[in-house]
Amino acid sequence: MRVGLFVPCYVDAFHPEVGQATLELLERFGCEVDYPFDQTCCGQPMTNTGCHKESKATEELFVRNFKDYDYIVGPSGSCVNHVRNNFDAVEQTDDVKHVRTQTYELVEFLHDVLKVDGFPWAEFPHKVALHNNCNALRGLNIASMTELREKTFSKPRDLLGMVKGLELVDITRPDECCGFGGTFSVFEEAISARMGQDKARDQARAGAEYVTSSDSSCMMHQEGCAKRLNLPTKYIHIAQILNGEPV
Amino acid sequence: MSLEHQDAPTTPAGRTNDGAPASLTHGAGASVTMPPRGPEPQPRGAVVRGNRPIDQEEAAKRFMAAPEHLAMHDQRLWDLRQKRDRQKDTIEEWEELRQLASDIKTHTLTHLDTYLEQFEKNATANGVKVRWAKDAAEHNSIVAGILRSKNAKRLIKSKSMLTEECGFREAMAEAGVDVVETDLGERIQQLDNENPSHVVVPAVHKLRTDVAEVFSKTIGSDPNNSDVSYLTEQQREHTRPLILNADAGMTGCNFAVAETGSVVVCTNEGNADLSANTTGLHIVSVGIEKIIPNLNTLAVFVRMLSRSALGSPITQYTSHFRGPRRGAEMHIVIVDNGRTERLGMEKFWTSLKCIRCGACMNTCPVFRRSGGLSYGATYAGPIGLIIDPTFNRHKYSTLPFSSTMNGSCTNVCPVKINIHEQIASWRQVLAETHEIPAFKKTMMKAAGMLLASPKLYRASLPMADSALRYLPRFVIYNKMNTWTRGREMPHIPKETFHQWYKRTRGVNGKKK
Repeated sequence: MRVGLFVPCYVDAFHPEVGQATLELLERFGCEVDYPFDQTCCGQPMTNTGCHKESKATEELFVRNFKDYDYIVGPSGSCVNHVRNNFDAVEQTDDVKHVRTQTYELVEFLHDVLKVDGFPWAEFPHKVALHNNCNALRGLNIASMTELREKTFSKPRDLLGMVKGLELVDITRPDECCGFGGTFSVFEEAISARMGQDKARDQARAGAEYVTSSDSSCMMHQEGCAKRLNLPTKYIHIAQILNGEPV
Repeated sequence: MSLEHQDAPTTPAGRTNDGAPASLTHGAGASVTMPPRGPEPQPRGAVVRGNRPIDQEEAAKRFMAAPEHLAMHDQRLWDLRQKRDRQKDTIEEWEELRQLASDIKTHTLTHLDTYLEQFEKNATANGVKVRWAKDAAEHNSIVAGILRSKNAKRLIKSKSMLTEECGFREAMAEAGVDVVETDLGERIQQLDNENPSHVVVPAVHKLRTDVAEVFSKTIGSDPNNSDVSYLTEQQREHTRPLILNADAGMTGCNFAVAETGSVVVCTNEGNADLSANTTGLHIVSVGIEKIIPNLNTLAVFVRMLSRSALGSPITQYTSHFRGPRRGAEMHIVIVDNGRTERLGMEKFWTSLKCIRCGACMNTCPVFRRSGGLSYGATYAGPIGLIIDPTFNRHKYSTLPFSSTMNGSCTNVCPVKINIHEQIASWRQVLAETHEIPAFKKTMMKAAGMLLASPKLYRASLPMADSALRYLPRFVIYNKMNTWTRGREMPHIPKETFHQWYKRTRGVNGKKK
């Protein structure tokens, strides 16, 4: 199984350790993983701002980089959701369709494709609050949603449940957006920061030592808010926990 | 910050009257975090400057700077969302009902001509006089004409978003008609010269101390008594005589049933019945999208409306008005006001399915922290973001950006409008028609060019310690400073993933 490792731009720049953990984790499960060097970004920032034409060339580059892989896996629900559900600026060729359907967010790839049944190397004896990115939740459906009447499920919870010592704690508004919202975080910074601070308080009140998510973007924002509030909560990507990294 | 607005020739959104008494123009003071003593002043809505794009965030900041208002508003609406969730959980076929409701609306909106004519025919047969209005002005003039013909000087009315859309109260003031709102929340808003901030709970942004202040200035209650029972009683004592001596009554319409020619109005206060039945003249304003085929389909919507809106199984009153009472008159004005045009918009026509339950507002994290008046438009919150630009693309061009597009609104919508996707579509339409700020467009063009070229992109982040410069260029350009107003900067690692990979594994990807 040839897997193209998709490392979103902000992970590349701010959280290289998340890319490393994703790579190592996939290799632990026997995947043949390539990192295409010419990758940049998925094009979401432009599309998110309404500038579809401006994201066309970036989307085309993405497809050129990843079209030859069986699967494309990235540690970010938001970016993967963009590729799978919003890659509309490019002409819908067979390559584009292949890339759209074969791009997976790490958690769903482990859960649905590799169907992993354990992380024997992983131990995390801490109280952890889970944050599901809104695109991963409502776009990729990695968990059931509180707004809908549906059977309860959660792919990230299933995976975290296999980690020794890890204790999940519940926050009061689990589905509430943390306010990152891509370019929203800078164009509407006041509301964005307020939402993030409310989220960070909710997590701290729940007694979480750590917050984890399959998306670093939300956590980068939440961590910044928590620090501003002098909260001791730490933020760690789910790939690092599942990869059994010491903290 | 907002004190400068006091002297500017501006009107805070929701203030329907330029000549509001000076004592009421305390909105400017809301940016001051806390007064030395006494209740926290009510933050006012967006500053409306003619046709200029609304600055929703500016108003939201003032709302968030009022901690008591913010906490109450957020918690109150979140409670409604939770009650709604509990109701949803009691109904096994909830998701089927949503689909059914959505399908019924699709069917009706795609056969609108047939159903509207059927409705007109049946209502006329019931003894109702039906009139058609193409826009707000025509609606107001038809109603003014009916009132004039009856020499009616005082009109009591129940809550109707359509009349808000039509600027109805101002038009009636010009026509010399005294309008009295019979919905308590709407009455509070009327007395305070503000628009409703929410389609279901119009005064939800007000603390009871705000209401005490409004009542003390308008109906003479004790300014220091904010006891809820006291305030309600004062209002009742003041308004009942006005209602009982009114000349005409008016209601909106939740559902217009084509099969029976009847209109259905849902209230919790019974004030639609009061408005309709107290006088000998009942006028109903109906938007063309309110039509549904028959009583069977009505049942679907009645099951969903109040559950979605307030988390109660049903409204206290579901009133069916079929025709005039003996000796009385009933008129229905069917209003287009931009709806036909919206129906022709490929990406946005399903917004006409909206039954005005407000569930999208209750769940919206931006709305709960901003207050409905921050949107400076008739319709606030998620549904407003996709409807308002159909009325005025320039003035409301900023609104679709007041969202994180998290999608919760779409999930709670009882008629399954894909609200967050339409918000995204509006951003695209606005960007393509030059209705987004030039700096955003320039920034996105630059980002698009940079990100399409691996060479340029890598060159823009050559050194580890320049990652700080990298983020501004790519995501936020020179607006970086906004990040740190409410947050700390992310930690900057020594090397990028790209550099790490190259260093440890080489260009061919083999482990070193």
